[in-house]
Amino acid sequence: MNLAAATNESLANASNTLIYSSMAVYTLAFFAHIAEWVFGSRSKVGRTAAALKKDSATGGSAVKAQVAQQGGTAVLDRPRIVTRSAAGTRDVPDGPGAAGGTFKGDLWGRIAVSLTVVAFAVQAAGVVARALSVQRAPWGNMYEFSITFSTVAVGAYLTLLALRKNVRWIGLLLVTTVLLDLGIATTTLYTDSDQLVPALHSYWLWIHVSTAIICGAVFYLGAVGTLLYLFRDSYENKLANGVTPGKFATSVLERLPAAKTLDTFSYRINAAVFPLWTFTIIAGAIWAGDAWGRYWGWDPKEVWSFITWVAYAAYLHARATAGWKGRKAAYLALVAFGCWLFNYYGVNIFVTGKHSYAGV
Amino acid sequence: MSNTDITDERDLGRAGEQLSTAPREEATASVPAMGVIGWARWFWRQLTSMRVALILLFLLSLGAIPGSLIPQNSVDELKVQTFKEAHTTVTPVYEKLQFFDVYSSVWFSAIYILLFVSLIGCIVPRTGQFIGQLRGRPPGAPKKLTRLPAYTTWRTDADPGQVHEAALGILRRRRFRSHVVGGAVSAEKGYLRETGNLLFHIALIVMLVAFAGGQLFKSEGGKLIVEGDGFANTITQYDDFKSGSLFDNDDLAPFSFDLQDFVGTYERTGPQRGTPRTYEARVTYSEGADGKTKKKVIEVNKPLVVDGTKVYLNAHGYAPVISVKDGRGKEVYRSSVPLLPIDNNVTSTGAIKVMDGYKDKNGKKEQLGFQAFFVPTFAGDGQGTMFSQYPGLDYPVLALNGYYGSLGVDSGLPQNVYQLDTSDMKQFEDSNGDQLKKRLRPGETMQLPDGAGSITFESVEEWASFQITRQPASGWALTGAVAAIAGLAGSLFIQRRRVWVRAVKGPDGVTVVEMAGLGRSESAKLPEELADLAIALHTVAPTAPDPEPEPDRPSEEPAEGAEK
Repeated sequence: MNLAAATNESLANASNTLIYSSMAVYTLAFFAHIAEWVFGSRSKVGRTAAALKKDSATGGSAVKAQVAQQGGTAVLDRPRIVTRSAAGTRDVPDGPGAAGGTFKGDLWGRIAVSLTVVAFAVQAAGVVARALSVQRAPWGNMYEFSITFSTVAVGAYLTLLALRKNVRWIGLLLVTTVLLDLGIATTTLYTDSDQLVPALHSYWLWIHVSTAIICGAVFYLGAVGTLLYLFRDSYENKLANGVTPGKFATSVLERLPAAKTLDTFSYRINAAVFPLWTFTIIAGAIWAGDAWGRYWGWDPKEVWSFITWVAYAAYLHARATAGWKGRKAAYLALVAFGCWLFNYYGVNIFVTGKHSYAGV
Repeated sequence: MSNTDITDERDLGRAGEQLSTAPREEATASVPAMGVIGWARWFWRQLTSMRVALILLFLLSLGAIPGSLIPQNSVDELKVQTFKEAHTTVTPVYEKLQFFDVYSSVWFSAIYILLFVSLIGCIVPRTGQFIGQLRGRPPGAPKKLTRLPAYTTWRTDADPGQVHEAALGILRRRRFRSHVVGGAVSAEKGYLRETGNLLFHIALIVMLVAFAGGQLFKSEGGKLIVEGDGFANTITQYDDFKSGSLFDNDDLAPFSFDLQDFVGTYERTGPQRGTPRTYEARVTYSEGADGKTKKKVIEVNKPLVVDGTKVYLNAHGYAPVISVKDGRGKEVYRSSVPLLPIDNNVTSTGAIKVMDGYKDKNGKKEQLGFQAFFVPTFAGDGQGTMFSQYPGLDYPVLALNGYYGSLGVDSGLPQNVYQLDTSDMKQFEDSNGDQLKKRLRPGETMQLPDGAGSITFESVEEWASFQITRQPASGWALTGAVAAIAGLAGSLFIQRRRVWVRAVKGPDGVTVVEMAGLGRSESAKLPEELADLAIALHTVAPTAPDPEPEPDRPSEEPAEGAEK
């Protein structure tokens, strides 16, 4: 089966063209996002929102009354739900988003999202073409892993958008990272489309590597959320303490969701992916048991996935521990994602182990 | 603000308690007065606190790092040797710190043993508490339901008893554990969260024990086999053998196998030319002392499994078949000689040792040794390179140079079969007095000078090396792993929450229904669920028409009241 599935050159070339095209479209999306932020910064609505925020931020813990979904016609007859935050938490409303409530900014934001959808489709087609050209899972080397990685990250983002979650604030950072990732992939990591070495001939490739990619991509979204949480949190702290943050910081940060929203977002993301990451490691161990004769042998890749796992476990525990909640836990989450990144780039490039295939 | 905090705590007191069995964080400053028992108790409390568990987790990941950057004995002893030779200054320090055996070092073991003691010290009491909670019933409603994170209220004409009855029905249909206590309905759901949490942590312990057990009882050895040869699973047959400290020789499963044929295919064209594509070792094997012979193809990801022992295909190489004749033309040596690959194109080196049977032209017993350098695909004469161009057998060439004298094998010291000890040997020289060397194609012969005989490169066979491993308790490790994932999913995705419904008949004869929900973490789902429940209950106990416009619309008022 292996030699029969020779590389299909034209499909491989098509894949490369598609990847480059998607980079072009991502670049357009990048500029559209920039336009969104720029137009949003001139917004009066943004200013007023900020003023409002200052009020509520300094006004102590205000009670937030919300009407939960009522549905139906007899609205007045139905009971209303009053929610109440735990004592001591700030109740700052979410920022208006990058567009700052301006029509132009919002238009550019929508253009950016549309372009991202197009770029995603083109990129996904590129990945599929790559897979078809060799008739196997397109994850045999770092180049293929990288292009799939950013495809999945964008896919996860678009899925969240489609579910009407408030995630458009990730857009600019995500597109920037995707461009960076694709840039590295197409230049330094590029490997010609080819068959796999015997060690990768296993259905575990589909299971282990795909979940590893999904985990990385979604952990990435969580890490962006955490990073922005840290910025936004210190911004809110400053406001609460009566300090005026810098102009640029204010302009950007006032449009982000509230620190609490960002924190919850990244917690949910990380908590949702953590079991999958656990599964990835276990699937890897089972595969290693088949391929290398031991299920755990402290190979550098194994060590670093273990470190990543422990770091995320520490983060999840920290959130439930007094004195570690909030910023400290957020730092842990960033360290954990750093471990994941090092596990991917660092271990492949600087350390030799059993996970070295096809050059890198 | 701090005032409200305190009343908050008191209000929620029993209602919120045991929503989780997480250990309470105590002030670390409280150092015990004195006494060994006091200290021991203090130490135990510290060790089992979440804070210390966190620090231990952090240390564990930190401690694992050096093992990934410094070569490890457990992974590759050869690499460790090379590292030690290259870094003479840091080596003694590293050795002191056990950096070449990080994962079995004292300090790394200390971290994970402490972590697991901490874990057990945390899990056992929590399991006890949780069983208590399962036996008990959800706690009664707090006095002021308005203080809870989600709250709703309305007035109805229905009787309080009726409302409670209906609420019980609705909650039970949604699989809340509920009962009426103290004039209100108490309900709780999501016990699986804690179950999952405990299961996950217990599964971790199972995995650790299984891994440790596997390490203690495991056996692992390597065997190089040339096509046509075989192996029987006894300790003497191994080329190298490692085992855990509790391993017993009788644990080796009785079986044997023969390597019939090895097939390797490689990429022919493109930039990855020479990259291996398939490795197949075709073997026949028999279970037990003399069982039936069966056929099997061992591939890289497909080991042969016999009675819990796995045979993995590890590496392969070439074994030229060599024959040596003495001066009188008598064949004194004929064998396939496995050579070790030194690069990806299977350029191989090794030694041919003719230990006995050879006599020189004077009839004196002597030993011969040849250094062999083999390439499966030769670049061609005049290409300036002796390195192989391709891993397949396209143009096999064997380069030889020879020595005579004593091989030094009788000294009793173990000797590397792939290297020649030439300290007691002289090299064969050609007529110019230079070292005699020749490149041979299969079938070609190199004549040794002065009628010393000849050496012939007959043909090439392939060898495969196998790793034969037995690691008990891996089934337990796998079970633990699966349970860990299931537990983790339960503990992260399930919300544990309580709902209270209180209906009280007011002085005006109208019943006031209050509903409130409490979750361990603030979740958007909680108010939504409460709303669902409220709507369901509302159909049974609809809002009473407002008597006057003054005290109605209570839904907004309590929120204001709650603030003050």
